[in-house]
Amino acid sequence: MSLLQEPSRRLASVNPLNNPKVRSVLVQALVLLAVVALFWMVIDNTVHNLQRQNVATGFGFLDKPAGFGIVFSLVEYSEQSTYGRALLVGFLNTLLVAVIGIVVATVLGLTLGVARLSSNWLIAKLATIYIETLRNIPLLLQIFFWYFAVLRTLPGPADSLTFLDILFINNRSFSVPSFSFGGGSGDVLAAFGLGLVLALFGHVYAKRLRRSGMRVPALLKLRALLPLLLPVMVFFALGLPLHVDWPVLNRFGYEGGWALIPEFVALVLALSTYTAAFIAENVRSGIQAVSHGQTEAARALGLREGKILRLVIVPQALRIIIPPLTSQYLNLTKNSSLAVAIAYPDLVSVFSGTVLNQTGQAVEVIAITMTIYLSLSLFTSLLMNLYNRRMALVER
Amino acid sequence: MSETFVRSESSPSLPPPVRRRGILRWVQDNLFSSWLNSLLTIAAVYLLVLAVPPLLDWALFDAVFDGTSGAACSGAGKGACWAFVEAKFNQFIYGRYPDAEQWRVNLAVLLGALGLVALLTPNKLPKGWVLVYVFLLFPIFAFVLLYGGSVGLSVVETSSWGGLMVTLVVAVTGIGASLPLGVLLALGRASRMPVVRTLSILFIELWRSVPLITVLFMASVMLPLFLPEGMSFDKLLRALIGVALFSSAYMAEVVRGGLAAIPAGQYEAARALGLTYWQSMGQIILPQALRAVIPGVVNNFIGLFKDTTLVLIIGLFDLLGIVQANYTDPTWASSQTAVTGYVFAAFMFWVFCFGMSRYSVYMERRLETDRNK
Repeated sequence: MSLLQEPSRRLASVNPLNNPKVRSVLVQALVLLAVVALFWMVIDNTVHNLQRQNVATGFGFLDKPAGFGIVFSLVEYSEQSTYGRALLVGFLNTLLVAVIGIVVATVLGLTLGVARLSSNWLIAKLATIYIETLRNIPLLLQIFFWYFAVLRTLPGPADSLTFLDILFINNRSFSVPSFSFGGGSGDVLAAFGLGLVLALFGHVYAKRLRRSGMRVPALLKLRALLPLLLPVMVFFALGLPLHVDWPVLNRFGYEGGWALIPEFVALVLALSTYTAAFIAENVRSGIQAVSHGQTEAARALGLREGKILRLVIVPQALRIIIPPLTSQYLNLTKNSSLAVAIAYPDLVSVFSGTVLNQTGQAVEVIAITMTIYLSLSLFTSLLMNLYNRRMALVER
Repeated sequence: MSETFVRSESSPSLPPPVRRRGILRWVQDNLFSSWLNSLLTIAAVYLLVLAVPPLLDWALFDAVFDGTSGAACSGAGKGACWAFVEAKFNQFIYGRYPDAEQWRVNLAVLLGALGLVALLTPNKLPKGWVLVYVFLLFPIFAFVLLYGGSVGLSVVETSSWGGLMVTLVVAVTGIGASLPLGVLLALGRASRMPVVRTLSILFIELWRSVPLITVLFMASVMLPLFLPEGMSFDKLLRALIGVALFSSAYMAEVVRGGLAAIPAGQYEAARALGLTYWQSMGQIILPQALRAVIPGVVNNFIGLFKDTTLVLIIGLFDLLGIVQANYTDPTWASSQTAVTGYVFAAFMFWVFCFGMSRYSVYMERRLETDRNK
């Protein structure tokens, strides 16, 4: 009995500071206090400084007219539009660059990653040189290079480079003809919707057939083409109600058609070629991480090379590639903010640049910008996590 | 009884496999092993023939090596304007740092290089002293040397710093500050205290999800607002604070990977020995964890080194900034000046980054063999 009682008595007399629980609470309280104090100090100083400089506070400025033009916009925008509208324009421009950049970078990166592992010595070496060069040069420098050293030195609109009379390249714009539907665009859209629904039904039906061990009819295998085929058929049936808007040269350059400004082209080029180098490395390491025994086993089962890649290697490699790929996508989105350096009107350039300078409301502007990037990041990683969960190994 | 058949003579030996040796065999195996490979090889060779001779012409045969102004480089058929780089080289490296004081920069770089070599070579030097030198003494030396204002050195304002020197200052400060901060944040994130953990996660995720540009904007526009009236920071210092906070979040994630890789037995053994939290971290966990993440840290540093170019957007002149400021110089106006400037800057960055990535690969291999032992 006495042996058992003694330790508890000693515990009771121990300095409470040596009790892990007490200490943990104390440390956390101190940390919290320090953080709160820091924030309080910062907020106090900021309020004081803002009052001293007579800067308005609050988000009311978003409803005021912006009074500046934006050269490239996906939605309607004029100088009379509000700051809020300018924010939307910048945000959409950022999204546009990010999405196109991600698509191009993924395709290029996949190709390069596979090329680096090619059994062809020359191809492998060329891919390595590409990757090691682009990866080790700052992105901003590459953007400048494309913009100032390449696109700016292109000929003027009068002697544009043309390809097949479809693409007109000069130092003001990259123009292609634009297409717009005349009448009947609703019908084409409806056909697309119908095709989509039918394809979905076909997919479910085919799955059920396969589950029950029955043969899937050849016609059903074409289901994926339906959403494309039906609109095209309707389109022809209506007698090609298409209106083509050709770019036309006038005194100021090409007008009409679909025109991309050189800032956009430079940004997408630099972002996608740079990120592709990183994606290629992820792809390479992902493929190499699939053990060689898998290939051998697949070969032993009698699979052909293409099937080995499609059914054995790629599904396993994807699992390894997806997490780093996510962070590359996020990097590309964040790096698109370098647009500010060549004055492509993205979120940072329009909002943290022009709007901030005009209104002087640094706190609100920076806070909004950071929040938007934060939610973009969270959204992208959410999507990729969902995809990753689908691809992940299902364990017992 | 049963008959047995035993072969009395050996079967004739097969002819030896066809021996293919030398270049031909290599070419066949590596360039023309299948029709697809042959096609790819031909396409690649065609591409090289198209690209390499003009590149060589531009960089060497048509390049201008001597000259005092852009006139020497302008005109059709002229290649790279290396004369421009030659004339501006001093500026590219030191910015507008006074000529007479440039030895101070050189000395600081030398001191830093010494520390770096001592830190990075895997040898038996007492690491404690090296760490004290690199993280405590060297920053003081470097500040005294570069900024001056004491021990008889004249003050050189940061506004006249520029070129590669600013790039190195920003990168080295960023990594020097972010390593200890990142370790603290990573420990915070792995902590069992909910308040500390939540705060660390918030800090890390916030910085990691915003682009460096907005952080730099924030540092240059908002930091002055946060400070009491009358207190103001140097522009370079503000950028440094932004870069340090930003990269510490990334460093924290690298270190977290290292912490996660340490087997739980190590933590338990440290506790069983009766070590306090800081003792077990400092003497058992961190030495192993940090060693394992050296390649990750180096990769982070490469990223940071490239990101230093962004400071030009808030008006500092790093290597890229100074190249850009110089090629608009009217005396050097020519069609080739800009391209040459960019290529030079790209080459400088490439040398640093490629060197570091080689080191990281070397360390990775070393660590792997250590683990295999």
